Amino acid sequence: MTSDHTLAAAGLSLGYGDRTVVDDLDLVIPPGKVTAIVGANASGKSTVLKAMSRLLAPRTGAVLLDGKEIHRTPTKEVARTLGLLPQSPVAPEGIAVADLVGRGRHPHQGMLSRWSAEDDAAVARALEVTGTADLADRAVDELSGGQRQRVWIAMVLAQETDVLLLDEPTTFLDVAHQVEVLDLLTDLNRELGTTIVMVLHDLNLAARYADHLVAIRDGALYACGEAAEVLTRECVADVFGLSSVVVPDPTCGKPMVLPLGRHHVAEGHRTVPA
Amino acid sequence: MTAVQEASPATADVVAAGRRRRARRRLLVHVGLAVAVVVALVLSLVLGRTVYPLSDVVAVIMGADVDGASFTVGTLRLPRALTGLMVGLAFGLAGSTFQTMLRNPLASPDVIGISSGASAAAVIGILVLDLSPSAVSAFATVVALLTALVIYLLAYRQGVANTRLILVGIGISSMLASVVSYVLSGAAAWDMQVAMRWLTGNLNGATYERLLPLLLAVVVLTPVLLRLTRDLEALRLGDQTAAALGVPVERVRVLLIVCAVALMAFGTAAAGPIAFVAFLSGPITARILGPVGSPVLASGLFGALLVLVADFVAQYALGTRFPVGVITGALGAPFLIYLLVRSQRTGGVM
Repeated sequence: MTSDHTLAAAGLSLGYGDRTVVDDLDLVIPPGKVTAIVGANASGKSTVLKAMSRLLAPRTGAVLLDGKEIHRTPTKEVARTLGLLPQSPVAPEGIAVADLVGRGRHPHQGMLSRWSAEDDAAVARALEVTGTADLADRAVDELSGGQRQRVWIAMVLAQETDVLLLDEPTTFLDVAHQVEVLDLLTDLNRELGTTIVMVLHDLNLAARYADHLVAIRDGALYACGEAAEVLTRECVADVFGLSSVVVPDPTCGKPMVLPLGRHHVAEGHRTVPA
Repeated sequence: MTAVQEASPATADVVAAGRRRRARRRLLVHVGLAVAVVVALVLSLVLGRTVYPLSDVVAVIMGADVDGASFTVGTLRLPRALTGLMVGLAFGLAGSTFQTMLRNPLASPDVIGISSGASAAAVIGILVLDLSPSAVSAFATVVALLTALVIYLLAYRQGVANTRLILVGIGISSMLASVVSYVLSGAAAWDMQVAMRWLTGNLNGATYERLLPLLLAVVVLTPVLLRLTRDLEALRLGDQTAAALGVPVERVRVLLIVCAVALMAFGTAAAGPIAFVAFLSGPITARILGPVGSPVLASGLFGALLVLVADFVAQYALGTRFPVGVITGALGAPFLIYLLVRSQRTGGVM
């Protein structure tokens, strides 16, 4: 129902102060798909996500949402199409879950138009989708890390945008909660057609859950496409500077990266150069 | 946990009920505080060395000539009480705006240097330039606004980071405090007393003439500030989250700073930097209100109540007449320590 919004970067250069982080990047996000951006620390992947969500103005080039320059479109208008969950959002002390999720309705409310039944319905939907309905009246600061992350996702869901960007949504979560969050995002993508773009650290989860994988090296696009094409031994060596063995994941057939460190590696694999 | 098209009615009811409960609490607290402010205002007109019946007070306000009451109530008590109310309102609004925006209860404008700009200007105006009281007020207002601008520019680097603003403000504040000490140390005894009274913050010099600029500032700026509280509430979720929700972060922040600093500057010009009112009102109100929405307006009402009550105590409860700032200062210092101790335990997010 919603996979017709397009998001792309054209000739994008980004930086902070004197430092250029990303230089002349072209990137097309496939609509209605799950895209994962991977790359080493400080490779510029989070910077790209910030620019794609208009939080960072480009030096040159542009981010195009539905063909329009995102930095020149009224920010509230963008917020009705594109949502972002940053890496470390702040929950005001003592705020109730439903109240926090309701903050996601901000772009749908005018200066004068007050809270409507539609807003309540959107909050209720977001709570149910994320399995947090029974937490509605609890204070956010009492929740566990996994619950809290689901509540934040509920907040961006209440925003009801067709494109959703997430900056490392699984950081600080244990493996069970990581899988839970990624399953939830897949549900959203499959059932509502939401275009999802996320920065992920875990290569194997990225390979498994993304329809489209984007590998960034030194602020430039290294490769993009289906996980099987992108995530190879050469890619891991070039992007992360890490020797590895890449085998098919026995549970889904997608590539699985087994890193080769200096220790605990059997004789047969020792000779593989970085 | 699967995506659904429509939420069950039960969940929608829970959401709506929670929202109504929060709205009720907001209304209750605001009405309660407003009533308390009105009661305090009326009592400060009625009570004093001489107690006038309420009918006399009302008659004076309506413009009738009542023997004795016309002078005591009309010329002394009314401008004093109104100035107290307006200064408290302005300080409470400004303090809570800064604390909420910077997500730090220590970040009130009196702690981060804006009041010290006004204080330094007033001391120089009184002791060095020998200005009249109204000229001192105007000078203090202008310098407070300039101080805020300098702090903002020094803290600016591709947008203003909260911690940098607070630290730069504290630095500027210390510099201005040493200016105040320097000027005071060379002053004649009589002038010095005038300057000290100004620095403590007091309502003794309250006249309609000095009240007028503050009144105008409050009437113009309060509605602007209140219209911004929705965006301010979004800013509490972090700058990035607010931007993603469609808030023009830097523009809103500049508007909030301008409104709050102007309220602070005009308030300080009218009554001196009454200690800790801006600093105390926000956190105390946040406790009274609970996590149900913006604390800014409630904090303004609490500030008004605090100044009215503290001035009454300062005038009549202690035998000698003290400036109101002595009372608020005595309350504020322990509270500051309490906040610091508490923030070490909880991480200090408001």
